[in-house]
Formats: sequence, C-alpha cells, structure tokens
Amino acid sequence: MTAYAVRRLWQMIPTMAGVILLVFFLFNWVGGDPAYVLAGLFSSQEQIASIRRELGLDEALHVQLLIFLRQVLSFDFGNSWTTSEPVSRIFATRLPASLTVVGPLLIIETIVGVVFAVALAWVRGTWVDRSVMVLFTMGMSVSILVFIILGQYLLAYRLGWFPVQGWGESFGTNALVYAPLPILLGLIVSIAPNTRLFRSFVIDEIDQDYVRTARAKGLSEARVLFVHVLRNALIPVITFVVSNLPGLLLGAFLLERFFGIPGIGREIILAVERSDFPVIKAATVYVALATMIFNLIGDLLYRVADPRIQLR
Amino acid sequence: MASGAAVTTTAGAREAGEGLGRLALRRFLADRVAVWSAAVVLAGLLLVLSSLAGLTATGWGDEVAVGHAPPHFLRETPERGAPEGRDADPAVRQSTGPAIGPASGPASGPASGPTGAARGPTPSDVVDPLEVEMRLIGALADPRGREAPTSTAVVDPIAQELAAAEKSVRPHRIIPPEERAQSLPFGADKWGRDVLEKTVKGAETSILVGLAAALLATLIGSALGAVSGWFGGWVDDLSNWVYNVFNAIPGILLILAIAAVLDTKGTLSVVVILGLTGWTGVYRLVRGEYLKHREREYVRAASAIGASHLRRILVHVLPNVSHVILVQFSLLTVASIKAEVILSFLGFGVPVDGVSWGTMLTEAQNDLLVGIWWQLAAATLAMGLFVTALSLFTDALRDALDPRLTH
Repeated sequence: MTAYAVRRLWQMIPTMAGVILLVFFLFNWVGGDPAYVLAGLFSSQEQIASIRRELGLDEALHVQLLIFLRQVLSFDFGNSWTTSEPVSRIFATRLPASLTVVGPLLIIETIVGVVFAVALAWVRGTWVDRSVMVLFTMGMSVSILVFIILGQYLLAYRLGWFPVQGWGESFGTNALVYAPLPILLGLIVSIAPNTRLFRSFVIDEIDQDYVRTARAKGLSEARVLFVHVLRNALIPVITFVVSNLPGLLLGAFLLERFFGIPGIGREIILAVERSDFPVIKAATVYVALATMIFNLIGDLLYRVADPRIQLR
Repeated sequence: MASGAAVTTTAGAREAGEGLGRLALRRFLADRVAVWSAAVVLAGLLLVLSSLAGLTATGWGDEVAVGHAPPHFLRETPERGAPEGRDADPAVRQSTGPAIGPASGPASGPASGPTGAARGPTPSDVVDPLEVEMRLIGALADPRGREAPTSTAVVDPIAQELAAAEKSVRPHRIIPPEERAQSLPFGADKWGRDVLEKTVKGAETSILVGLAAALLATLIGSALGAVSGWFGGWVDDLSNWVYNVFNAIPGILLILAIAAVLDTKGTLSVVVILGLTGWTGVYRLVRGEYLKHREREYVRAASAIGASHLRRILVHVLPNVSHVILVQFSLLTVASIKAEVILSFLGFGVPVDGVSWGTMLTEAQNDLLVGIWWQLAAATLAMGLFVTALSLFTDALRDALDPRLTH
C-alpha cells in the first residue's frame, strides 16, 4: 500500500506540471497581455511598460514560466490586483467562512442522502421508488438558482425565520444565525443528485451473495438493508465524498454569493468579475493539487475499508 | 476473392446494424415515459427552430405593455385592464399604477403627474449645464489664434462606444405609452416586455447554447478518445495526460478561469467555455470502446483487406460505438443548459441585449422583492419542463440502446 501511495504521488508530478502549463498558457497567452488588463482602458504607454517590467512580462517566455513556477512552489502569488491584499492571506481569511457552511452541509447531506438511498432501495421497483425518482429528476431540472432565490425570499424575506443575508465576527453567530439557511438550501439542492448516486451504490450491493445468505438466515429486510448492505454501500459513498471535497468547497459559491458570506467561492467569483488574475491562478493551481491529493486519500480509504480491492 | 469477402462482411454488418436500430426503436417506443419525453423535447426544439427562423417571439424586445404589467388572470377588472389601454382615462391609469407594482413603468411617468406639467421640454428650453464654463473657456482664447472650444466642439469621451453600442442594438419598435397594454397573457417584465415571448426567446438561446456546447465537447472527446484508444502507445499516453490535467481541476473552477481570460463575453464564449471543459467524460468512455473494438474480429477482417486507419475508425468502429456518444451528447446537453443559466446569471454569459433563462432569473430575483413573480415562474417552468423531458429521454435512450445495462 505504501508503494502504491508513493507511485501515485510520483504520477501527480506530470499532471501537476500540466495544470501549471495550462494555467500559464491560459493567463499569459489566451487572456492577452495582462499588463493591459491591469492598467485598464485609459493608460499611458509608460504605465503599461512599468507594469510589464514589474510582472516580468518583458522577459522571454521560459523566464516567465520560471517566475510562475517559483510562485507556485513558494506559495507566494504576490498581491491581489484589485485590493493589494496578499493572495495567500485572501485564501487563509476566506477559508473559515466557507468551512462554516460547507462542513455541516457535507455531513448532513451525506447522512440524508444515504438514508434516502437505502429507503428507496427498500421499496425499489414499486410506484413509490419510481415516482420519487421522477420527482428527483424534475427537481434536478430546475436551476439551483431558483431554489436559492425562492428559499431566500420565502424563508428569510417573507417569513423572517432567518436573516436575509450577512455574516458576523464570531463563529457562534455565524454557525447559529447566518449559516443555517444556506445549509438548508444546499441540502435541498443536493438531496436529489446524492440520493440517485447513493441508491445506485446500494442497488449494486443488493445482488451480492452475502445478502442472499442474510435473507436465508431469516433476517428482516430492514436489518439486511440497514446493517448488512449499508456497511458495504458506505465504502463508495465515503470515497466519493472525500474525493470531491475540494470541489464541494468551491461548489457553495452560489450560496456564498446570495447570502453575502465572505468565503472562497465568492472570492473567486469576485476575482473573475474584476479580472484579478493572481487570485484565480492561485485558486486553480492549489485546488487542482488538493483534488489530486484527496482523490488519492479516497482511493486509499477504499482499500482500508475493503481489503479485497487490489490497488494497482 | 478478397473483395467478395469484403462485400459480404459490410453487407452483414449493415443488416445487423439496422436490426439493432429497429430493436432499440421498438424498445424505446414501448416505454410510455420515453415517448412523452421525446414529444416534449421535439416540441421544444421546434419552438427553438421557429424562433430562430423569425416566426415566433420576434417582438420580445418591444415595450408592449406597462412595466410589470400583470398576467391576464390577475387583472382586477377586465374593462380597465383591456389591452387597448388608449381608451383608458389617464387619471384612471394613474390610480391603477400602484396596484401594478411599486416600480411602475415609464407609462405612468411625468406626463400624467399630479402637478399637471404635461408638457415635456422642447428643444428651445434645453439648458446647457456647462454654458457659463464654456463661455469662460472661450474668453481664454489662445493668443496664437487657435479656435476656442465651443460647447459643440467638446469631445464626448464615450461617443465612439455609444455609437457602436447603438449600432449593435437591434432596431426596436417604439410603441407610444398610451398604446401599451395594461396586462399580458403571462405578464410583463420591468421594461414592459412580454414575458411569454421572452421565455420563448430565452429558450432559443439556452437550448441552442446547450446543444452547441454539447456538440463541441462531444466532438473533442470523441475524436481524442477514438485516436487515443485506437492507436495506443505514446498517442494514448499524451491524451491521457491531457485528460488527467483537465480532470484534476474541478469543472466549475476551470469554467470560471476560462471565463476570466476570455475578453469577449457573449453567447459564443459560453459555448467555447462549456465545450472546452465538458469533453472529459466522453473521452474516457469512447477511448474504452475503441480499445475494446480494435481487437474485434470484424475490425481485423477490415484491416486484412487493407482498410486504412481512418476508414476503420470512422466507417467500421464508429457506428458500433455511436450509441455511447449519443447518450453522452444528450447528457452533456442537459449539463450545458444548466451551466449556461448559472454563467449568464453571474454575468459571464449571455450579454444584456440578449435573453436566456439565466438572464431572466437574474431579473426575476429583483422582481420578486416587489412581489412580481411571473417572470421567475415562466423561466422556471419552461426550463423545468424541457430539462426534465430531456433527462427522461436520455435515460430511456440509454436503456433502449444498451439492454444489458441495469440500474
């Protein structure tokens, strides 16, 4: 297993190099001259020349790539172009808000998804199963935006059960006052896709021999499903959740934007709106790295939970 | 001898292919949900075509009603809200103003204001706010006899941009305020545009963008996957590397990064963004299929009679993996429509002079605060109906094309 982990880590290097090349190519070539973006519409030739010098854009392409590589390795992407805040500090200060929303959301949505999935597998093939699945398909067809707009309007603006938006200073206020509505809406949006996926994991287990054995022993269907099948179906669920952790952290960007939560997702949207390239570049490179590492952790967890799996 | 064998092989393959297609069609038609969803999808596509051909929703940008005009079924009294608003007395119209909505549109503007100042400014009344300053500048006339600037010589810094914007905007029909309707079949938006026509036009944009982006992603993924799986070796290694790189970056982040660097924000850039980021799933599946098929006997036979690589890839194997590609295309269309809505909502998608379900939701969010719900309802219903039908259609298509698949 150690050998496997080491080999996987080695294999990350070419992929990471590709990510760095892709980001470099996107932001230095496709995006046009960053100096013009930074200087704005009304700028003099001297201003642009000085910005180019400052960013190292007057160097040869391979020197620029080396500068970028040094930034990646030293975790130092300089300052934001719009707020002049160091990029590393932006991410460090926005992370807690994101985690306050995404952490509880992830735990609750996984538990709810698993319970729904097993319950649906229990009644699989009946009209209940079929109509719930059609209902979920319909729910997934309506844009996430509609759920958030309506939820914010009805639950916060009209009924006043939650604050419409905002964020406080202390963790307690944030978690208890400002986070519940975004978490609730995130849960509503995630139930359908999660249940569909987890249900397929459960259905995969139901035809296994051990399930027949358990039934032959005379166990109740509930015990078979919630004890025997659930334990095995949880393995792909956990792998899925762990592998997607970095993506899920970003996935709350719409919630953060609607509710004014100063998290990472909202920061990235702001950076895209303001053409704040250092922030986007740093986010892309490090989130890609985190995704690869969490993918590996997910695969290793799979192996720990299910020793029959041969990792190659 | 060899050519004879080739003829029978291809003839046999074609016959088998047709048989499979007929079987799949029969399985598809036996599923009632599949037929209904296919009908809805077809109706949606026909609507898009008619809108594209200029048959429907041509006047979506016209100010045909007062701002936030309610739907017909919400009118208070039918006589007052009759579409021929010109019969209505201006005072009556004024009194109905607040009932329509807090942000009542330009129809109940200053013309019927309580002060009775019905006369708007005429050209002779126009006051140049900089008149005094301009005269002062004129007095400072340059001793070398250069002409002093006059108020008309002042250079408008954004004149060029304005002229370009004016030219790019479609000529709109101007409807005099007194002819604007008091209510419409499904209400009007803030600027008095017909919500139903906007929904149809928005469907055109959203569905076309979804189809085009899915097509681009499917083409990239299929081409790369076919070449990668067919040739193997370093081609495969290289493609796998590109795949790993694109797969390492979470989709939404890649979409936003490309949106940030693309200078031109518009419908075409949405297609490019979603096409460039969506191809990885197709690539993985098509590559697997080509790996599997290249060792099959029919492909070896084709190779033995001297069919070129290109011919074997496109003519021999492609029809046998096309069901995978078709299902992936359908799945990608659903995903692209949803992504376009979010991108347009964030302002990285369809520009302000266009309309899509995403831009409608943006406006609907503000409308909702003053109690105007019909635009939200229209966009949500249209999108929900079409995307649900397309999703169910995709599921049925997969079941019909691949009977071994169970789920």
